[in-house]
Amino acid sequence: MEFWYSEKHTENVYLSIKVDKQLYSSTSRFQRIDVFESLEFGRFLALDGFMMLTEKDEFIYHEMITHVPMAVNPNIKTVLVIGAGDGGVLRELTKYPSIDRIDVAEIDEEVVRVCKQFLPKTACGFEDRRVNMYYQDGMKFIRRHTGEYDLIIVDSTDPFGPGEGLFTKEFYGNCYNALKEDGIMVNQHESPFYEEDAAAMKRAHKRIYDSFPISKVFQAFIPTYPSGHWLFGFASKKYHPVHDANEKRWELFGIKTRYYNSNLHKGAFYLPNYVEEMLKNVE
Amino acid sequence: MTLTDQNRAPLYEALEELKTMHIVPFDVPGHKRGKGNKDLADFLGAKCLAVDINSMKYLDNICHPTGVIKEAEELTAQAFGAKHAYFMVNGTTSAVQSMVLYVVKRGDKIILPRNVHRSVINAFVLCGAVPVYINPQINSDLGISLGMAYNDVVNAIEQNPDAKAVFVNNPTYYGICSNLRKITELAHKHNMLVLVDEAHGTHLYFGEDLPVSAMAAGADMASVSMHKSGGSLTQSSLLLSGDNINSDYLRQVVNLTQTTSGSYLLMSSLDISRRRLFLHGKEIFKRVSELAQYARDEINEIGDYYAYSRELVNGDTVFDFDVTKLSINTSGVGLAGIEVFDLLRDEYDIQIEFGDLENILAYISVGDSDKNIEQLIGSLSEIRRRYKKARTSSLKHEYINPVVEMSPQDAFYAKKISMDIRKTAGEICGEFVMAYPPGIPILAPGERITEQIIDYIIYAKEKGSLITGPEDMHIQRLNILQGGR
Repeated sequence: MEFWYSEKHTENVYLSIKVDKQLYSSTSRFQRIDVFESLEFGRFLALDGFMMLTEKDEFIYHEMITHVPMAVNPNIKTVLVIGAGDGGVLRELTKYPSIDRIDVAEIDEEVVRVCKQFLPKTACGFEDRRVNMYYQDGMKFIRRHTGEYDLIIVDSTDPFGPGEGLFTKEFYGNCYNALKEDGIMVNQHESPFYEEDAAAMKRAHKRIYDSFPISKVFQAFIPTYPSGHWLFGFASKKYHPVHDANEKRWELFGIKTRYYNSNLHKGAFYLPNYVEEMLKNVE
Repeated sequence: MTLTDQNRAPLYEALEELKTMHIVPFDVPGHKRGKGNKDLADFLGAKCLAVDINSMKYLDNICHPTGVIKEAEELTAQAFGAKHAYFMVNGTTSAVQSMVLYVVKRGDKIILPRNVHRSVINAFVLCGAVPVYINPQINSDLGISLGMAYNDVVNAIEQNPDAKAVFVNNPTYYGICSNLRKITELAHKHNMLVLVDEAHGTHLYFGEDLPVSAMAAGADMASVSMHKSGGSLTQSSLLLSGDNINSDYLRQVVNLTQTTSGSYLLMSSLDISRRRLFLHGKEIFKRVSELAQYARDEINEIGDYYAYSRELVNGDTVFDFDVTKLSINTSGVGLAGIEVFDLLRDEYDIQIEFGDLENILAYISVGDSDKNIEQLIGSLSEIRRRYKKARTSSLKHEYINPVVEMSPQDAFYAKKISMDIRKTAGEICGEFVMAYPPGIPILAPGERITEQIIDYIIYAKEKGSLITGPEDMHIQRLNILQGGR
C-alpha cells in the first residue's frame, strides 16, 4: 500500500508526501481540517487541502515571522496575532518575558483544538497567562482597536478561502489604526515564484505599501511551501527593519533559535532581483 | 395542482429532456447549440448555449403558453399567491408597462407617487394616460423620499374619482413601504385597481417578518424583479395578477411589447428560481436579514454612518421597512454617498448598488459570505478614518407640486425647442428632470415650469445633487414645448 498526500502547487506542479496514516479529518464551519503522519516531515496540518505546517520545517516560518520584528523593537509589550490557530507564533512570542499581553484573533476554534491534540510540539503557547484568545474574524476584531498594539502578526492562510479578507486594503488600514505610533505589522506574504502566488504577493505588497510609511519584504526558505521560497511583509510606522535592528538587545534575550540569527536578519531583506523588480512595479 | 408540485420545475425539466433527444436543429438560433460560434461557447459555456433554443413543440411558446411554460407560470402563480403569473423576458420595465397599458387608455388617469420609476412615466408616453401625482413625503435628515401618506391618497381619490388605478411602490429602493393593505381597500371601494411596483420586493413573498407583499395585500397586479432578490438572470421578471384582472386580455397586452423569441435561459432561470424560493425562501431570507442586521449594527458602531431600519416606521409614510435592505446615510462622515460609492470601488474593490448625495445602498443577498460583509464594514471604517470631513450643510428638500398641463405622450411627441433654463418659467417642459437625492422627478414631460422649480434645480445642482434626464448634461438648457406658454 502507498498513501500519498499531494498538493497542487500550480495546475502543473504537485508536491507529494508519503503518508503513514491519517490522524484526523473534519470540516469545521469555515474549512476542512486534516492531520497526517508522514515519515519524512513528521505530522502535518492541512486546511482545505493546503499544507499549513509540518513538524519538520514549521520552525523556519514561526521564527522568522516572530523574531524579526522583536529584534527591531525589543520593547514590544502588547502583541496582536491574527490567525495562528496552530500556536507556533505563540510558542515563539512567549519566549520573551518582556511581552505583557498577547491577544489572538483566530476565526476557527476547531483548528486550535485539533492542533493542541495532534501537534503539541507546535501548539504549546496557548496556556501562557499572557495569552488572550478571541475566536472571531480578525477583520472584525481589529476594527474595535485603535492605537493599542506594538506589534501585529498576521499569520493567515492563503488569500483564497477564509483568509481572503486578511489581504485587503481595508484590513491593512485597520491594522495601521490599531497600532501605536511606533507599531509594526508583520504578515505572511505568499511567494514570488509561481504566477498565481506572485500575483497575490504583489497585490498584498501594493496595499501594504499604500497603508504604511515603511513597507519592506523579507524571505525565508520553507521546503514544503510552493517553490520553497517564501516571503514575509514588514510594515511599520517608524522603524526600518534593517537600520533599526537592535542586535545586541535581542541577543540579550538569550533565545535559542534554529533558523533565525542576527546576520540572517539582515540577509533576509536582501532579495533576488526579480523579486525586487516585482515589488518596485507596484510601489 | 398541489403544493408538492412546487418541487417541480417543468420548463427546466423539459430542457433537460430535450438535451437527451438529439434533435437535429434546422431552426434558429443560428449558433446551433453553440457549435456555430465557438468564441461565444467558450465564453458562456457549452451548457448555457445548449439550452439557448427557440420555442418548439416540447418547449411551448411564451406568447401563447399551453404546455410547459403554462405549467411553470401556474406553479409561479401558486407560489406567489397570485391568480395568474406571466414570465417576462423584457425586464420589469415591460411588466410595469403592461400593468399601465392594461388599466388605462388615452386620457385616463392613474394616481401615483411622484417617486415612481421612470418606466412608469414612459408607459404613460406609450398609452397617452395622464398621471395624478402624490407627494411621497421626504425625510430631510436622511435625504430620502418615503411612501404615500394614507390621507394624501384619500384626497387624490376624492379629487379624481374618475381615476382608473392607484400605483404603489412596495418597497422603494431604500426599503420604505406604504400602507399597502389600507390603500388597496380604499382604492377598491372606489372601483380603482391597485398596481404595485415590486421591483425590490421578490423576497416579501417568501421571507418571514417582512412587509406585506402585493398579492397578500389584495392588490390587483404586481411587477416583480425576480432577478434582484429572487436570484434569476438579469432581465427576467414576473407580472402577477389577482382576481379582478382578465388574464387573457392581460396576456394580449403583454404581447403588445414583449418579444416573440422569449429566451429559454431567462425563462428557465425564472422556473428554477421559483422552485428554490418556494422550497428554501424562508431560510434564504432569514440569512439575508441576519447579514443585513449584522452589517447595520457594525456600521452604526463605527460611528458617523447611519444604517437605518425599522426605527423609521411611523405608521404612515413609513408604514413598514424592508430589513433586507442595507441603506446607509453618509452625511455624518462629511462625504456624499456618491463619494463613498466611488471610494469603495476605486480604493477597496467593492462595488455597491447605488450612491446619492447622502446615502449609499449595498445590496445584500444569499450570495454574500460573512467575510464579504466584513470587507464592506472594514472599508467603511477605513473611509471614515482616512477621508472624514466636517459635515456640510445638507440640501433642503422641497416638494414642488407638479402642474400637469398635458399627457406625457402629447408632450413627448410635441415640437420642442432648447432654451436657457433661467428663461423657461411659464413654459411646458418636454423632458425629465430628476434629482438624486431624493430620487424624485422635478419635472416630467408635459409639466409647467415655474420660477420655484428653476430655483430649486439650480440650488440642487449647486449643492451637488445629481441631476439627470435633460438632453443638456450640464442642465443649463431645457427642452420646452414650442408655443406652450
